Amino acid sequence: MKSLITGAWLAAVMLLTPALAQAQSVPATGGKLLLTGGVSQVEGAAGGGLTPWAVIGGNDSEGQFGGNAYYTEISTTDYKITSRGVLFSVDNRVELTASRQSFDTQAVGAALGLGYGYTINQTTLGAKVRLTGDAVLDQDRWLPQISAGVQYKSNDKAGLVTALGARSGKGTDLYVSATKLFLAQGLLLNATVRRTKANQYGILGFGGIDDRYHTEFEASAAYLLSKRLAVGAEVRTKPDNLAVAHEGAAYDAFVAYAVCKHLSLTVAYVDLGNIVTRRQGGLYASLQAGF
Amino acid sequence: MRILRIPAGLAVGGLLLVTAPVHAETPPPDAPVIARDDHLFKTFGGHDGLVRITDDLFVFVLADRRINGFFEAKKIPHIKDMLVEQFCQILNGGCTYTGKDMATSHAKLGIHEGDFNALVEDLQKAMDKNHVPFAAQNRLLAALAPQHRAIVYKPNGSEEE
Ligand code: HEM
Repeated sequence: MKSLITGAWLAAVMLLTPALAQAQSVPATGGKLLLTGGVSQVEGAAGGGLTPWAVIGGNDSEGQFGGNAYYTEISTTDYKITSRGVLFSVDNRVELTASRQSFDTQAVGAALGLGYGYTINQTTLGAKVRLTGDAVLDQDRWLPQISAGVQYKSNDKAGLVTALGARSGKGTDLYVSATKLFLAQGLLLNATVRRTKANQYGILGFGGIDDRYHTEFEASAAYLLSKRLAVGAEVRTKPDNLAVAHEGAAYDAFVAYAVCKHLSLTVAYVDLGNIVTRRQGGLYASLQAGF
Repeated sequence: MRILRIPAGLAVGGLLLVTAPVHAETPPPDAPVIARDDHLFKTFGGHDGLVRITDDLFVFVLADRRINGFFEAKKIPHIKDMLVEQFCQILNGGCTYTGKDMATSHAKLGIHEGDFNALVEDLQKAMDKNHVPFAAQNRLLAALAPQHRAIVYKPNGSEEE
C-alpha cells in the first residue's frame, strides 16, 4: 500500500515533468513577493502554522520552479512535536510536499507504560494545485485564490493507535483552501475545509468510533506589519472520534519574519487542545529555507 | 463561507488534471483613482516625491539583473514621466495620464510574472528609500497589481489569470 501511494506520488511528479521542462526554458527571474508564499504548516504544505493556504509555496512565479525545506518544533505542556519536510513547486501552480511529524510523549509515555520519550512518527506526502485566482495580484476582484490539496499520511505505530481505538494507521486528507490578500489593508484571510479521518493530525491514527470522513474547518488571518513581518492567528477544528480521549480544536497566534527572500522564521503560541492527558499549550518555532 | 459551495469530492488523480477555464478577456481599464482627496498623494511627497521615487526606482531597476535588459536607455526618461503621471492620477494628485494603455505598451515585451514581481520589489525599495509608510505603499501597489493582466505576457494569448 505504501509503495503504491509513493508510486502514485512519483507518477504525479512525472506528470509535472513537461511543465517543469517548460519552466526551465524560462530564465528564473523574479519570484514571489516576501511572505506571500506563506510558511510551512505542520503537515508540510504552504500555509500558516496549522492550516494550509491556497498559496503555492516556493519562491517561484509563473514559468518557474521553486522549493523549500523547513523544521518546526512545538513544545507543549506534556509533549514535544517536531515536523520537518521539503516542498517542491512549479509554475506557481502545483506544490508537492514530503514531511515527517514526530510526537514525543516524554513523561506521558512512561506513565502509560510505553517508556519515557516513546515517539510516534508519521510520514506525510502532500500535493496541492491552484485552481483559480491569484491571492496577491488580483486586487480588483473578490475571487480568492482557490486550491485543492491532498495529504496522504502513514503512521509508524499502527499497532498502538489501533489498540487505542483507531481503525487504521494510514489515512488521506482532502482539502480546499481559499486565500485572499487585501493588500491595501495589509490583511490576509484564509479558509480551509478539510475532509479527514485523522485523530490528532494522524498521530493517533485514522477513524475510531466511526470510520467516516469528517468535515473540518480551518481559518487564518494575518496582518502585514511590514514587508518582512506578519502577525496572525489561526484555528483548526478536528474530529473527536476516539473513545479513549477527547479531541478539540487547535489555535495559534503567530509572528512570521522574513529574514530575507530565502529564510523565514515563525514563532507562535499554540493551544493544541486536549491531547490524551490535558490541554496542550506551548511554544511553536519554525524555520524555513527556500530557493 | 462561499467556499462551502466548492465541490469537495475532488479526486486525487483529478487534482493534477484540472485546467483553468480559458476565456478571452477585454483589457482592464487603466488603474483607478484610489484616494478621495490628496492626503495619500501628500504622503508620497506630492509630485516632487513621485519624481524622486521613479528616479530611485530606475536606479534599482537598472541595477537589477533580473529585469534591466527590458529597458532601452533612450526610452527611460519617457517611461519615468509616464509613471509619475500614472501614479499621480491613481493617488488623486490632479494629473491625467497621457501615455499608452498598459496592454499596448507592454504587448511585445514578453514580460513574465516573475519580472512583474521584480519590478514591484524595486518599487518597494524606492518607496522605502523615500520614507513612504508601508500601508500607503500597499495602497498604491494594490491599485497597480491588477495591471499584471495587461502587462504579463500570456504564451497562449488569453489564459485567464
Ligand atoms: C504595475 C507595473 C507597471 C506599470 C504601472 C508600468 C507602466 C508603464 C508606463 C506608464 C509605460 C509608458 C507607456 C507609454 O509609452 O506611454 C511603460 C512602458 C514600458 N514598460 Fe512598464 N509598467 C509596469 C510594469 C513593467 C514591467 C514589469 C516591465 C518589465 C520588466 C516593464 C517594461 C516596460 C518597458 C520596456 C516599457 C517601454 C515600452 C516601449 O515603449 O518600448 N513595465 N510602462
